[in-house]
Amino acid sequence: MTQPAISVRNVSKRFGETLVLKDINLEVPRGQVSCLIGPSGSGKSTLLRCMAFLEEASAGMIEIEGEPLGFSEKDGKRRRQTPGELRKTRSKIGMVFQQFNLWPHMTALGNVSMALRRVRRLSRKEAEERAMAQLVKVGLEARAGHYPSQLSGGQQQRVAIARALALEPTIMLFDEPTSALDPELTGEVLNVMRALASEGMTMVVVTHEIGFAASVGNNVCFLDHGQLLFHDTPETVFAAPRHPRLEQFLDTYLDRGAQMLR
Amino acid sequence: MTWTLFELLLQASLMTIFVSVTSIFLGLAFAIGLSAMRMSGAAPLVWFARIFISFFRGVPLLVQLLLIFNLLPAIGLSLSSLTTALIGLSLCTAAYQAENLRGGFEGVPRGLIESAEMAGLSPVQSFIWIRTPIALRLTFPALVNEAILILKSSSLVSVVGLIELTKMAQNLAASTYMPLPIFASAGLIYLAINWIVAIAGRRAEIALPGLPAK
Repeated sequence: MTQPAISVRNVSKRFGETLVLKDINLEVPRGQVSCLIGPSGSGKSTLLRCMAFLEEASAGMIEIEGEPLGFSEKDGKRRRQTPGELRKTRSKIGMVFQQFNLWPHMTALGNVSMALRRVRRLSRKEAEERAMAQLVKVGLEARAGHYPSQLSGGQQQRVAIARALALEPTIMLFDEPTSALDPELTGEVLNVMRALASEGMTMVVVTHEIGFAASVGNNVCFLDHGQLLFHDTPETVFAAPRHPRLEQFLDTYLDRGAQMLR
Repeated sequence: MTWTLFELLLQASLMTIFVSVTSIFLGLAFAIGLSAMRMSGAAPLVWFARIFISFFRGVPLLVQLLLIFNLLPAIGLSLSSLTTALIGLSLCTAAYQAENLRGGFEGVPRGLIESAEMAGLSPVQSFIWIRTPIALRLTFPALVNEAILILKSSSLVSVVGLIELTKMAQNLAASTYMPLPIFASAGLIYLAINWIVAIAGRRAEIALPGLPAK
């Protein structure tokens, strides 16, 4: 078996007294789209943030392509990695946030070329050329000179995707990438993600877009109360008979949609 | 009140402007340094910044200027009155600006720092390229306010012998026995300068691109 892109072993996360992740074990295969679904507060975003070491797991290990992330294990003891070690492992990961988190004082091109210039130390010209290529990819070359405040939410999120892609990660993490968007703008972001999936990018997506999970996902992981209840292909997960907890989740999900029509 | 007298006042106001502008920018640079120290997490730096800020905010500028003016020669450093004035004003405004900036740095959304971290920026790079520019934009109105305060406070540097607008007005009033028109003119010149600063500040605020969404 080939090495997984991300392997999560016995990961638990505690915020004070509350256990938000309970002994999670998960392997994210390369070149596939894995969707994390589940009700609010189920821990899916926390799990994703642990995969980027934006949250530190209280116990357990996470490996990115076989390299430990954030902590190293030696003689059964966890040791915090140096900032340099962490940055090296993290460089394989691109992250897209719910709130886009574009830097407001830079143009779209500035946002995408920033790390190419300051971290990769490319010349301004080369960094901007590469950044522009990424903006072309997300269909926003015409908006290169715009500031985030001059862009729609969907455009901002596409710039954020271009910014992450510019650093040529092998894994892309998406934390509810469409949750802050109007339904009308959701489609353009999902289309970019679909194109990325078809290129074979390894993606982990926390999402409420069940349709996206079912149609684009290769794996669907269902979390509830900090536990990974099951994960499987969407065909298996969504086919009847469904897991009772998933059934309940989908019911409330559909209810919400129905209430809007009343 | 003759044109010649008014011209002398205008010339002296150039010194007021020079001292104020230089102090504001020197003070801003110090203030960013103080903020970096305070956020560094290294106890000696944090304490240095705290003590510095509480001293220069807590002691009147006039007393600070007299202290510097008398202290430095006592330890064998003889500085011109211009240098003394610049040191006094810029250290004082640095303390105030550091406090203003504190609010700005706290106002930088956590997510923007996380996205910098994920882009591979080191904490120092993140401070230089992300946090400081955003904090400066957030606190820009306070910076303009501080510039106006410093322009007015610069009248105090006359005690170290620098001939700026207020000192010149005092000298002219003493030699011509016409204090009223002379101090009225000096007041009007201060008002005009600050009016320009306020308008320019507002213009710049509008032109500054992109503040983080509230």
